[in-house]
Amino acid sequence: MAVVRTEGLVKTYGATRALDDITLTFPDGGFFGLLGPSGSGKTTLLRAIAGFVIPDSGRVFIDDAPVENVPVEAREIGMVFQNYALFPNMTVAGNVGFGLEVRKVPAAERKRRVAEVLDLVQLGELGDRKPHELSGGQRQRVAMARAIVTRPRVLLLDEPLSALDKSLRVEMQIELKRIQREVGITTIFVTHDQEEALTLSDQIGILRDGRLVRHGPPREVYDNPRDPFTAQFLGEANLFSGTPEPGGLRLADGTLIPGAPTATIAVRAEDLRITLDEPAAPIRLRARLRQRIFAGAMGTCVLDWRGNPLKAIGRDQDFAGLPAQGDVWLSWDSADMIPLSEG
Amino acid sequence: MTNRFLARLGRIYLGLILFFLYAPILAMAAMSFNASEFYQLPFRFSTEWYERLWRNDEILTAAWRSVWIAVVVTVLATAAGTAASIALFRYDIPGKRILQVLLFPPIAIPWLITGTAMLIFFFGIGVGRGTPSVIVGHVALALPYVIVVVTARLSTFDRTLEEAARSLGAGPFTVTMRVTVPWILPGIVAGALFAFAVSFDQFVVSYFLSEPGDTTLPVLIYTAIRKGFTPEINAISTIIIGLSMAIMLVAARYAKFGGER
Ligand SMILES: Nc1ncnc2c1ncn2[C@@H]1O[C@H](COP(=O)(O)OP(=O)(O)O)[C@@H](O)[C@H]1O
Ligand SMILES: [Mg+2]
Repeated sequence: MAVVRTEGLVKTYGATRALDDITLTFPDGGFFGLLGPSGSGKTTLLRAIAGFVIPDSGRVFIDDAPVENVPVEAREIGMVFQNYALFPNMTVAGNVGFGLEVRKVPAAERKRRVAEVLDLVQLGELGDRKPHELSGGQRQRVAMARAIVTRPRVLLLDEPLSALDKSLRVEMQIELKRIQREVGITTIFVTHDQEEALTLSDQIGILRDGRLVRHGPPREVYDNPRDPFTAQFLGEANLFSGTPEPGGLRLADGTLIPGAPTATIAVRAEDLRITLDEPAAPIRLRARLRQRIFAGAMGTCVLDWRGNPLKAIGRDQDFAGLPAQGDVWLSWDSADMIPLSEG
Repeated sequence: MTNRFLARLGRIYLGLILFFLYAPILAMAAMSFNASEFYQLPFRFSTEWYERLWRNDEILTAAWRSVWIAVVVTVLATAAGTAASIALFRYDIPGKRILQVLLFPPIAIPWLITGTAMLIFFFGIGVGRGTPSVIVGHVALALPYVIVVVTARLSTFDRTLEEAARSLGAGPFTVTMRVTVPWILPGIVAGALFAFAVSFDQFVVSYFLSEPGDTTLPVLIYTAIRKGFTPEINAISTIIIGLSMAIMLVAARYAKFGGER
């Protein structure tokens, strides 16, 4: 396995900065989730590590060795593509064995290792099938098996689950994590799905417009997002800004939020309380309930506070007494306020 | 009502097209089996002209020459054309667009003019007439066909397959042979068949560039017709047509680009 490190990676396409000074270490044997909205540079970063993208400046190191002169085929990587990219003219076993064949692994050993890895991804019986005879989930497993059978130093996954439907996706997330744990390969995983990133990763990195906004263990980043972008991107956070005063934060409508730590704060959707009667809590706001969305066990309330959209998430019974629309009270505990750096 | 009328009209129209396309060919094929030397009816079946053909060294030599030239041309044009198509597909060569556009005019330029140009060229560079000139000339004519057909097939190729192969440790040559070529194989086969047909049927360029005496079949047929028509010519023409049609049918089958295998 290996430590992957990037140092000041920059890649521009015309006026677009796809990568803007990315310096990041991907720990040995870890599962690193790269998260960001569409177009934030996740794929470009992954492809720069793989060697498909040549950066304008900056370097990639694998185990402290710079790899700019190492072509893709010699970087000892495993890659899973969004569309799986299985070779249509080869069987499942042929696909999985391709990397071994290229490495001139003897036929007997190749066969054994292919069977072994197909067992690992629970496709032991399907070696003779062609890719077009497989379901989406099975193709995903073949792509995974093909990428790890060569025991690469680093495994690169570009939104590998995005082509699957929701229930299969959750199942494959668990599978992916199990397989990664068993083989212990340094894994870099790209997704735009924050829940997926939080579930799977030991470390996450958040990209925005080619810049690395934040990185760290998921729990730490989630609990302490520091900047408004991360707060809103990870989980549903409501932002409030105002002028700090000795007594607290004075919002634009005159409301004083006692104990607010910074000029901009975030409150998570699940930490907002909605009541019809004025609550006793020291932090409270008058807002307008626009819509209640029922979604099974959990419900969402869409609110409006002086033209700003707010969101509250709770169990359906938490919202039981509320009307479909109308004026309500919002409140939260002072411990639930997340300090943010900039406005 | 009108629909049925239109359908019938369409069928008649199609029938007429097929009639004008195939009636002369069928007549010729029939006459090659007629005993009379002067195409007289009633039809009496005979294989005499085929037997004579078999003993006609001049025709057989020309036919053999046509075949081996066509085979050499097919191999050269297919290899060069496929390599060029893959290169054009894979790399951003400066002037790539212009290059691609320039491939089409030779298909449209009358062969008479191409042939004249080639003759002038080969004399200009001091090579002159001869078999090498004929082969180079045929390859030049066949190349655009191969490139057009192979490129069409390549446009259905998913590049990430090449990237996947590289990520698995395959170098450029292995990627080409194991991943790209298997996908475009139907296009390569169709292109090869076109190349063969272009060379085998070629008259003008062969006529201009051959040394006197080194005739290919189409050239021989042309000279023979000028001297006087014999049913032997019918016989060899029937064989050529049979072969050409078989080749084109196979080519058309493969040229249905995009088909999953
Ligand atoms: N080959 C390319 N040519 C031009 N622009 C590109 C290319 N690849 C990526 N980009 C641009 O770079 C930015 C980042 O793209 P990408 O890394 O694919 O984002 P993500 O994977 O996060 O959605 C986007 O604005 C995209 O349009
Ligand atoms: Mg992407």
